[in-house]
Amino acid sequence: MNIVKNKKWFFLLSAIVIIPGVISLILFGLKFSIDFTGGSKLEFQISNFKSQTSNKNISEVLDSEKIKVHKIEKVSGDTFKVQTNPIEQDKKNEIVSELDKLGKITEKSFETVGPTIGRETQENAVKAVIVASIAITAYIAFAFRKVSNPVSSWKYGVCAIAALLHDLLIVVGIFSILGRFLNIEVDSLFITALLTVMGFSVHDTIVVFDRIRENLRKNFNLKFEEVVNNSLLETLNRSLNTSLTVVMVLFALLLFGGESIRWFVVALLIGIISGTYSSIFNASQLLVAWYEWDKKRKNN
Amino acid sequence: MRPKIFLLILFFVASILLFIDLPVPIKAFNLNLDPSRININLGPIHLKRESSYKLGLDLQGGARLIYQVDMKGVPLTEQNTAFESARTVIERRVNFFGVTEPSIQALKVGPDYRIIIELPGTTNIDQALNLIGRTAQLSFWEEGKDRIATEEAQLYPFGLTQVFENKPEKTKLTGKDLKTARVVFGSKDGTPQVQLNFTSSGTKLFADITKRNVGKPVAIVLDDIAISAPIVQQAILNGDAVISGSFTQDQAKALQIQLNAGALPAPLKLIGQATVGPSLGIESLKKSLLGGFLGFISLIVFMVALYKKEGVLAGVALSVYTIVVLFIFKFIPVTLTLAGIAGFILSIGMAVDANILIFERMREELRNNKPRNLAIKLGFSRAWPSIRDSNISSLITTFILFYFGSGPIRGFAIALAIGIIVSMFSAITVTRNLLKYFEGENI
Repeated sequence: MNIVKNKKWFFLLSAIVIIPGVISLILFGLKFSIDFTGGSKLEFQISNFKSQTSNKNISEVLDSEKIKVHKIEKVSGDTFKVQTNPIEQDKKNEIVSELDKLGKITEKSFETVGPTIGRETQENAVKAVIVASIAITAYIAFAFRKVSNPVSSWKYGVCAIAALLHDLLIVVGIFSILGRFLNIEVDSLFITALLTVMGFSVHDTIVVFDRIRENLRKNFNLKFEEVVNNSLLETLNRSLNTSLTVVMVLFALLLFGGESIRWFVVALLIGIISGTYSSIFNASQLLVAWYEWDKKRKNN
Repeated sequence: MRPKIFLLILFFVASILLFIDLPVPIKAFNLNLDPSRININLGPIHLKRESSYKLGLDLQGGARLIYQVDMKGVPLTEQNTAFESARTVIERRVNFFGVTEPSIQALKVGPDYRIIIELPGTTNIDQALNLIGRTAQLSFWEEGKDRIATEEAQLYPFGLTQVFENKPEKTKLTGKDLKTARVVFGSKDGTPQVQLNFTSSGTKLFADITKRNVGKPVAIVLDDIAISAPIVQQAILNGDAVISGSFTQDQAKALQIQLNAGALPAPLKLIGQATVGPSLGIESLKKSLLGGFLGFISLIVFMVALYKKEGVLAGVALSVYTIVVLFIFKFIPVTLTLAGIAGFILSIGMAVDANILIFERMREELRNNKPRNLAIKLGFSRAWPSIRDSNISSLITTFILFYFGSGPIRGFAIALAIGIIVSMFSAITVTRNLLKYFEGENI
């Protein structure tokens, strides 16, 4: 089996998944939750309530209280989640007592994020992603410092980061589409998922690169692309098995775990599947493509 | 160490840890073992510790309040003092509110001063908000003329009726008239004292009060609780008073902080809050634990199906891993949030990665016709660089998450980091000793 030679097809497949997401990202962006924008979130349960008229009645109450509503969502049967501009405790109590006229209300949770904190969370998220990328590149360049033939060590770092960007783009792109069509929001847990995916993606890529490093030392009469292909095949079982184990526990969490971490788990799942794909079918192939391109340039 | 001895010790330690991990006491026969209260006396070893899992607000229900301390009216040089005082005042109010294990955190974020309060178990926070959010009020009281009736006693700030025999009377002097308070040391004996500096209007008011009350106490009240009642030795006309007494340095410091809370009143602004009802928390906890348990079982089945005997050993290693991590969670203790539990469950999935790397390598060496014991040896030694490098990259991201994240994100990062570190031990050391035990020591 040769999974290096067919690299164009693998790149193409990645592109097919990434491009719609990127287009959606440019056109629609992401739907940010109140973690980033500031606002209030109230979750409550109504007993003795007719389900057909639900959302409309709630929105009427909120309108009469002159509150700017972002979203009203039915979490399950009789539980609703309402998101609004930031409101204070007194105002919330007023709303709850108004809603109480529709049926008996049990407050499940109430959260307000002031605009200052929202802005701060935004800044910290951006900083975290940037610092993580820099730290990881530096680490890979360090870990592979002894490998320089025939491809120099910093190029391993760049290829690992390219694979990582691939995974981030896929997750962010899919969440942009989910946000547009299913109103799924991006919150601070989503950023956590992104960073975890970064860690995992590089983790996977390093295992493959490690094998390339080892095989380069043993087989100096083989062509670079052959060494890379052998290394990929040798680590294929491990890559698939490891991601299967992680995917398995994540699926268990997705099916049985609670509502509040559902989309967090989905983001992790997408990222980890993408991370496995990119470490098998993208990262090393990119390394070979770069090597061939360099060689062609030198020969001319 | 010989594998047999290692495994015996491991088994012994793991059993103890497993017992400590249990969330509820065991009641069997006439035994009543409670893991939350450990009291061991073994010759010279005394270990007494109460431990239980620390659940975050999202799991046990409760309220989180984030206040910004408004420093507009406070001069720049005094801001740190004012911040410390605001924190102390809040602490006092929260303790007064009577919540078990409240947490109060003072944070300086750039130019902003914040105080984060967590009140586990409290969901009706209307009362807490009123009590905590107020700006500190400092007042000075002197003794009045009328006798006090018993039923009136509770109308006055707490502690005043112990100081005065007659009805206490509030003076016009307040925290606004106090410039600062600081700890100084007496010129004669070097004992700690608290020095008060009044503003010009305060100096006049204070002079009048001290003139009237020579030989009598003047009580200082913060938020309806008396904090000090020094006896006036002489009339003080220049606005520089010293409270002396048999203070320890800490006591003097505490008094200074309380006085400054009134002298440098910084209004509190609520900039964020979250309340989680207890039922929602328990529901989420149960669901995640069920998810985690099923994930764990399916992992073991998967490993056994894939690697047969070695898979069983990996399963043992994974169990040791789970026991150790839960113990660390309980012992430190790590505050468990929903995200943290997800991080822990994710780390279970990642923990077997090291085993998979080793076993795949072993198979590869076997395919290359290496003898079994050599293949096992090579499996460990050759898989090690990959295990090390890949785990370090994951650890880097957890540190960054911890540094930049707040609340739930930190919980996730800590859980994942602990998981990664423990997994390196369990997957390598534990599996290796098990293999040595079953395959002979020559590996």
